[in-house]
Amino acid sequence: MNIYAIRAIYRFEMARTWRTLLQSIVSPVISTSLYFVVFGAAIGSHMNGIDGVSYGAFIVPGLIMLSLLTQSISNASFGIYFPKFVGTIYEILSAPVSPFEIVAGYVGAAASKSIILGLIILATARLFVPFQIEHPLWMLAFLLLTAVTFSLFGFIIGIWADNFEKLQLVPLLVVTPLTFLGGSFYSIRMLPPFWQKVTLFNPVVYLISGFRWSFYGVSDVGVGVSVGMTAVFLAICLAVVRWIFRSGYRLKA
Amino acid sequence: MQPIITVRQLGKTYASGFHALRQIDLEIRRGEIFALLGPNGAGKTTLISIICGIVNPSEGTVLADGHDVVRDYRAARAKIGLVPQELTTDAFETVWNTVSFSRGLFGRAANPAHVEKVLRDLSLWDKRHNKLITLSGGMKRRVMIAKALSHEPQILFLDEPTAGVDVELRRDMWAMVRALRATGVTIILTTHYIEEAEEMADRIGVIHKGELILVEDKAELMNKLGRKQLTLHLQSPLESIPAALAGYPLKLSADGQQLVYTFDAQGEHTGIDVLLRRLGEAGIDFKDLQTRQSSLEDIFVSLVRERA
Repeated sequence: MNIYAIRAIYRFEMARTWRTLLQSIVSPVISTSLYFVVFGAAIGSHMNGIDGVSYGAFIVPGLIMLSLLTQSISNASFGIYFPKFVGTIYEILSAPVSPFEIVAGYVGAAASKSIILGLIILATARLFVPFQIEHPLWMLAFLLLTAVTFSLFGFIIGIWADNFEKLQLVPLLVVTPLTFLGGSFYSIRMLPPFWQKVTLFNPVVYLISGFRWSFYGVSDVGVGVSVGMTAVFLAICLAVVRWIFRSGYRLKA
Repeated sequence: MQPIITVRQLGKTYASGFHALRQIDLEIRRGEIFALLGPNGAGKTTLISIICGIVNPSEGTVLADGHDVVRDYRAARAKIGLVPQELTTDAFETVWNTVSFSRGLFGRAANPAHVEKVLRDLSLWDKRHNKLITLSGGMKRRVMIAKALSHEPQILFLDEPTAGVDVELRRDMWAMVRALRATGVTIILTTHYIEEAEEMADRIGVIHKGELILVEDKAELMNKLGRKQLTLHLQSPLESIPAALAGYPLKLSADGQQLVYTFDAQGEHTGIDVLLRRLGEAGIDFKDLQTRQSSLEDIFVSLVRERA
């Protein structure tokens, strides 16, 4: 195991985060805070609670998930796309590192960054809306599992993308809609029965439901199902990454 | 002694169907400077990229210090440093950080003393806190060499190291390459500055259209293929070569002002003395004369042209 290489890649990626602090930490925190102010404090005070949870508190887990997903994907995809774009990937490819070590470095850094971000947003949310966390360990576990899974997904997108447009395409056209429709702002039981069924094909539903359960002990789907579905998505991403390195897809001629 | 790099029956066909390399067999000797020459697109970079792990071979094997570069890539790659042709650097990193990063990436524990030595040797020490984006092209080239040397490789690949580099830096680089060789590092460089190969290399390989058409000791190559030319600048132009000189390999320039005589520099009898006597007898006067040994460049051009 080339620990030095994992550490080198991890530090390099984290250094990029601190260099671009405004863009990578401050801006998502501000934009999420706007949601808390508008939907939580302002509009939320005029709405009924859901499942006995005030609306402002109800949307907290979903909004953290929204940031976690988009940031994990964009961090990890950009982290591996950029060396491909400028050509510095030659060094990674010619180094004595295994695919596992490369992924551990890039995905580890992207996931760390979005976990830090998630915790900052969580603390910020407390300033606007009161909420409690019933299962803090489960909360952290969901945070970790989601950050790792979607950083892997981002890594795949970064390898697949051969221009900047594609890099943005999946997060904008797929992930954001799925998150909004995944129950960030409502319980899926508020949907008509047909759409409730359709929604179950949206993987983000399971993430948000499980995460919200860790806060308030209420969920749209069973917590075991949430963990299971996330694990399945994680396994799919791992299989794709394995295939990428085996075949050299978009990395090696 | 076992060669440090052994390439056997190596071939590469890209997805487009382009045959970049065909059945390359090559052995690089430990501690030598090997120059790989060839026109653009001949396959030099593909060959290097396969050895370094950036491109997958289609067929054949490569051993680096006894380790298969595909099956045993970890051991093989740890011994190799690569300076690619393109200047690609992480714009916002500092010189110190990017060189330290490379060392870690290649599996070596941090060693500030070594990094410092590399930076000092390459005249980068004063720039160590500078971001790469602020450096000139020549300085970036030095940084890329520093990165390649950060993990103390035994084999160094320099792909077109002096393309677009000024004379001073080129001299520095040659000095650095020699100093490295003195410490036992094997160096493989590609270039199309033939003067560079002539100046630096112990052995030369010529690659053309994906085939290795020649591998030879530089000195032997120049002896074997080296031709000398004697050029006579005539007092008054000739219309044609006089019949008295018909037996000589002479060429008359288009304006009739110069006679060019080609001979074998290695031969016992160059024939110059007899030729000059004959010229005198024929009443042909000349005002100046010069001889010139063909350079590696001439040899190279004629080799490639033969194949074209």
